[in-house]
Amino acid sequence: MTLDSRDPAPSAAGDLQDKELVQLQGVVCLMGGFPALAGLDLTVGSGEIVGLRGANGAGKTTVLRLCAGLVTLSRGSGSVLGHDLGTRAGRRSTRKAVGLLGHDTSLYDDLTVEQNVRFWARANRAAEPDVLAAMDHLGVAGRVATVKVAGLSAGQRRRTALAILVARRPRLWLLDEPHAGLDHDGRNLLDQLLMDAAAAGATIMVATHDVGRIDDILTRTVIVHGGTVHEHPIRPIGRPGGTDV
Amino acid sequence: MFELLRDARMVLGKDLLIERSSRVVTAQVVPFAVMILILFGFGISPDLRILDSTATVAPSVLSRVTPGLLFLAVLFASLLAIGRSFGVEANDGTLDGLRMAGLDPAGIFLGKAGAVVVQLLGVSAVVTSGAFLFFSVRIEWSVARAVLGVTTAGAAITAIAAAGTLYSALAAGQRERESLVPLLVIPVLAPVLLGASQATEAALFGAVADGWPWVAALAAFAALYVGAGILSFETLLEDM
Repeated sequence: MTLDSRDPAPSAAGDLQDKELVQLQGVVCLMGGFPALAGLDLTVGSGEIVGLRGANGAGKTTVLRLCAGLVTLSRGSGSVLGHDLGTRAGRRSTRKAVGLLGHDTSLYDDLTVEQNVRFWARANRAAEPDVLAAMDHLGVAGRVATVKVAGLSAGQRRRTALAILVARRPRLWLLDEPHAGLDHDGRNLLDQLLMDAAAAGATIMVATHDVGRIDDILTRTVIVHGGTVHEHPIRPIGRPGGTDV
Repeated sequence: MFELLRDARMVLGKDLLIERSSRVVTAQVVPFAVMILILFGFGISPDLRILDSTATVAPSVLSRVTPGLLFLAVLFASLLAIGRSFGVEANDGTLDGLRMAGLDPAGIFLGKAGAVVVQLLGVSAVVTSGAFLFFSVRIEWSVARAVLGVTTAGAAITAIAAAGTLYSALAAGQRERESLVPLLVIPVLAPVLLGASQATEAALFGAVADGWPWVAALAAFAALYVGAGILSFETLLEDM
């Protein structure tokens, strides 16, 4: 199956291919008055697979939600795929262009796997062949497709959400603990999926506590601490074609 | 405009599909509305009669207050339907999913309100039949009365669904939303209850012409809340 990104680059940033897809400068995000991000600087280049690490509450999820256009900037500036995160229109354009798999899977319990995937694929303007291919690839076609999501295991829910993400073919993948709930085969499948997506031109940001396992496919790791990027090392690359520093 | 209608139809279809699968309205909201109606019947003795020297048989108080009781039952039932409408979006981050899909916020509002309208029309059909059955309402049927009754129900339910969807979205980010929504919605919908009762009373017992000004007021109320929802839903979703 093809994992080429469907969304073209925005006109204002047609040359993003070789530049930073994510640019965050001095970003402050308040959550109920608490600074979930407190002056964070981060840039992510095209084709990177960036791991976000940090303790619980460090701000990893907020970074991903900010990059998804779901969180409002309180201070600082940021752009994703050329869209300004400081404006409502920019956040709306960002949401259309990126794919987010958070802690929640965004599935309707009362609908079957197939009904969920088809609804979200239609909502995301994904093509029918992509939907079928994604379901097949993630192992949620066939008998599983007819099961209501409420009856699925955590891993099957994850696979269904991933099928929706894959069918969407975003340029920027934002994944929050994507391995959670997946079995050994599922984890391998996900890792392969990430490498294929990156090889096809997608950029990926992954928040994970899964030290060791995913390191081989990351181009670098960013440590988030207290709402800022505490450490920003460029890691040696385990995958071919990565940036070696 | 085409995208807005497309998104509205998609969300409406999804919500009706969820109802077809879960049967919450059929199995819970409708019985709840009928139960309220029956309890009203227990509260007002069917033997209480209105003194009317022109009538051969004095009408019962219960039958004459039916229009108000009917819409009270629909109003209370609507709180469950509206709560359910946003309850399915509160689980598992689906509201974020709708935002991430880039659907037009006005389309999401129209789709969700539209699904509540369809469900409440079904509820009101059952409740109306129940009211005629339980309260022995006797009227002289005519096309004009039927048209007034159906138009009243349509306008009142549209107003309830639009205002309810708007206030549910307003409360969606709050932890206390289940108790907050009735507190917000019931006072706002008091004029709808008044208008719908008056128009239905005209349709059932009075002069049909007396009902249309109330229907116009209901339609204006519905238009106001549909307009407010279309204009403000993006801001409400953004602030969640």
